[in-house]
Amino acid sequence: MNKVDISQYRISEQPFYQAQGNEVELYQAAYAARLPVMVKGPTGCGKSRFIEYMAWKLNKPLITVACNEDMTASDLVGRYLLDANGTRWLDGPLTIAARLGAICYLDEVVEARQDTTVVIHPLTDHRRTLPLDKKGELIAAHPDFQLVISYNPGYQSLMKDLKQSTKQRFAAMEFDYASSTVEASIVARETGIDDELAANLVKIGLAARNLKGHGLDEGISTRLLVYAATLIKGGIAPRDACRMALVRPITDDADIRDTLDHAIDAVFA
Amino acid sequence: MSTEIDYRAMLDCKFARVQSVFDDCLAYAQRRLSDEGVIAYVKGARTIGKMGRGEEPVLMFLESLPDLSLTAGESIILRIVEFTQKLTKTPNGKAVAPFLQSLGAVARALESRELVEEYLMLVWQTLQRTTPKVHGIDSMYASECLPEFLASVPRVLSQLSLGGLKNWVDYGIKAYPNDPDRQREYFLLASPDSRAVLQRERHGTLFTDHERRLDLYLRGLWQTETPFVPYSLAFDTLRKPVPYLDDNGIHLPDVYDDFIPAQTGHGKVSGLNRYRALLAHLTAHQRWTTPLMADNFSPFQRMSIEMFEDSRVEWLAMQQFPGLRRIWLALHPVPQADACPEGWSSIRHRLAILSRALLDPQHGYTDPKIAQYVERFGQVMAKGNTTTRDMIDLGVSFIVATRQISDANAQIFFDETEVSYRDDNRLMWRFFEDGDEEVYETRPKRAEPNEEELAVLPPRLYPEWDYSADLYRPDWVSVYEHLHPQGDAAKIERLLEKHSALAKRLKKIIDLLKPQQKVRIRYQEEGAELDLDVAIRSLIDFKSGAQPDPRINMSHKHDGRSVAVSLLLDLSASLNDVPEGCTQSKLELSQEAVSLLGWAVEQMGDAFAIGGFHSDTRHDVRYLHLKGYKEHWGSEVMSRLAAMEGAYSTRMGAALRHAGEHLSHQQADKRLLLVLTDGEPADIDVSDNRLLIEDARRAVLELEQKGIYTYCINLDPKADDYVADVFGRYYAVIDNIARLPERLPQLFMALVK
Repeated sequence: MNKVDISQYRISEQPFYQAQGNEVELYQAAYAARLPVMVKGPTGCGKSRFIEYMAWKLNKPLITVACNEDMTASDLVGRYLLDANGTRWLDGPLTIAARLGAICYLDEVVEARQDTTVVIHPLTDHRRTLPLDKKGELIAAHPDFQLVISYNPGYQSLMKDLKQSTKQRFAAMEFDYASSTVEASIVARETGIDDELAANLVKIGLAARNLKGHGLDEGISTRLLVYAATLIKGGIAPRDACRMALVRPITDDADIRDTLDHAIDAVFA
Repeated sequence: MSTEIDYRAMLDCKFARVQSVFDDCLAYAQRRLSDEGVIAYVKGARTIGKMGRGEEPVLMFLESLPDLSLTAGESIILRIVEFTQKLTKTPNGKAVAPFLQSLGAVARALESRELVEEYLMLVWQTLQRTTPKVHGIDSMYASECLPEFLASVPRVLSQLSLGGLKNWVDYGIKAYPNDPDRQREYFLLASPDSRAVLQRERHGTLFTDHERRLDLYLRGLWQTETPFVPYSLAFDTLRKPVPYLDDNGIHLPDVYDDFIPAQTGHGKVSGLNRYRALLAHLTAHQRWTTPLMADNFSPFQRMSIEMFEDSRVEWLAMQQFPGLRRIWLALHPVPQADACPEGWSSIRHRLAILSRALLDPQHGYTDPKIAQYVERFGQVMAKGNTTTRDMIDLGVSFIVATRQISDANAQIFFDETEVSYRDDNRLMWRFFEDGDEEVYETRPKRAEPNEEELAVLPPRLYPEWDYSADLYRPDWVSVYEHLHPQGDAAKIERLLEKHSALAKRLKKIIDLLKPQQKVRIRYQEEGAELDLDVAIRSLIDFKSGAQPDPRINMSHKHDGRSVAVSLLLDLSASLNDVPEGCTQSKLELSQEAVSLLGWAVEQMGDAFAIGGFHSDTRHDVRYLHLKGYKEHWGSEVMSRLAAMEGAYSTRMGAALRHAGEHLSHQQADKRLLLVLTDGEPADIDVSDNRLLIEDARRAVLELEQKGIYTYCINLDPKADDYVADVFGRYYAVIDNIARLPERLPQLFMALVK
């Protein structure tokens, strides 16, 4: 079996994260008890950044898996590969995390097929074990191991929901876009633009979030606001930057595009 | 040289009124035309005078030709004379004066020679097309409505382009080919249809085209959902209505032209942005204005307080959206400081100047009072947390400080004082009315509002297709929506029980219907392609001596369904008939069929709505809701179905458009409109059988363009004559009506499989 270099999963620099409430303490308490954690919230509101920040704060390696609908259980757990001498077992990311004591973060877990999500069940209750039936091995999770999943309850259809049996193994934390002042300070801090410009960007974001459900599936995320600010920082005129980073990505509806363009004009005198 | 010519002799016209105005007209023409032009002008007038049509045409000619020559070139003079001669040779002598009169408006509205030529062509065509023909040959009768048309031209051209005018004329000619009285009414702009067509052709930004954007604007930027109530600007010419806000919502004009600011430094403001400027102002009032008791103030004080309050809410709004200042500045008039003439009341003028100064930091007014009040306003606003009450002090003291004796004069200087995007501030005032001081121990009881009345929404207007004229009649049909009254739900349950065997069979079909969205099916022994993961795993198993899995292929199938269905029931009187060989009426059979279908679709979980319709002339098409998309199949829906009744006629096109309107708002990959009917479209106010059939056909085509499939289930055995004309290939005729309850769900399943 090959050795995995766990140091590559460590986060060496402090990621910027602006706490909105007591979520840092809550997470620390959950980690102290090694409870599996589920983070929910709309896209681009800072879920992944939060996990990264917590991994840094707790000084634990973080293994992230982006889930998709074609993912199979062996993509998580590991599989046999062919090589010159026959076959060789390769651990999947979940197995590596369980062996070496990392935080395993399954991003957008509802995208994975339901049969795939079932393999995490034994790791997320009192057993804290991972059976590798192909290999005939039962891994007891490392004391530092913790499982975190994220999911966005907004866009998935009724078909794409977690099973109750999966949901009920997690402690959950709900995220939302920060309040406008906090969000403005996040955008300013992240990109180095001045506070007033950041506050204006947030106003446009709020206008779009008000339209959610009236032709928009999702509002403008903090991530997009950061993109717009980055473009402005790079010397693009604010109006153009906002059109490019905030409006065009989220809608093809001419009426909504026009309304948001107007919001940009109204905000930038 | 020109002074030597005796123009009066050249004119050679003895009409007294012509004589009295000729000198002025000539002087006016001489300032605008070359010498040759003036000669042509006078000679032209002479020719017109000699036609023997009295003095009127000469006067019109003298009055309007100089301006027309300026825009269209001097050669137009001769052309007009020729055209007038041509006109007098037809039996349409009466049209000569209106024709010459219309030229003044033509000169103002049309800017080139080509356009004027087109106008002349239009007049000639209108003449020909409205002249009665006998055996296809022009008769000796005059055109039915040419003078009326020409009399309306100035008014129509003030609102429409030449293209719009053409369309308006075209509609009038085609819509009333055999009805000269109504045609005349149309061309006099006296009929509602005429106004509706005029409105449709109107230039500028129509409210109806942008309603959604404005709604999104309010929602997105202001987080409000005030309803809109548009009013028309076209017909109150004396006193233009002003936007306002009341309990019914925001009252706003139905059309805005682009605004071209008089002052330099501002680009033009699009009609849409004018609407937004208005909405921003009104919403700012809604948010920050608290009503005051009006009786404590004089009218001037009220005006002044209103102006300060307008400025205050705009100031607050601009804190949030600084970009609004740009639009408001462009729309706000710029009154000149010394524009008000001596002896006029300058009260509005002063307030407008102050309002401008409060909005525009670079206003440039030097009056110390203005500067003083701008500063005081700035101080009050800088304090923060202002209210409407803070404006009382400013408003009252401004009136006192600037009072002039002339304020009370009757002549009020109005120029450049109207701010188009502001409302009349009616919500700002409360009036002390008689009876307010009385206190009732027990309030007199009001009659309970009738439930039936509450359920009625304002009518939706739909156009209707006139195949003979090849055009839409705008806003022709009024559709009223009602919730269907309720009956006894147990009746429907009994019907379902009666068909329980059929229901069981349907259930089996439903279970098989689990279709869409490509998904892979893995672990197939035989499939479309090799599944590499599984294949390698099998190979590894094989090499390591274990039993390999032979299911190494995969294939694709569709999964998940996204269908929205609307079932439209024809509830006309013929539904009460009992068809031959049946013991039940069509109504009962339909009830059974719809109940089964409703139950079945509920099992499948598709979005499904049921609506019924009947009509009693175009003014009253009723659309009855039986089940909404979000509503579940339950006792309420069943009780509505149980109360179904047949009455009146079948105006299908309007009902199709209305049901399609609802359906198009459903989010689904496939949208299906099922129509269950037992006869051809007909109504008592239509004598032409084809008309409503063609209109229904048109409605089906419109729906197709919106991505809605329409399918007709027809119970009329003789339906083949017309049903294909309306629905193309998408119909089924059910001959054996007794089997409808069985056939309808089956048809549905087959359609959405």
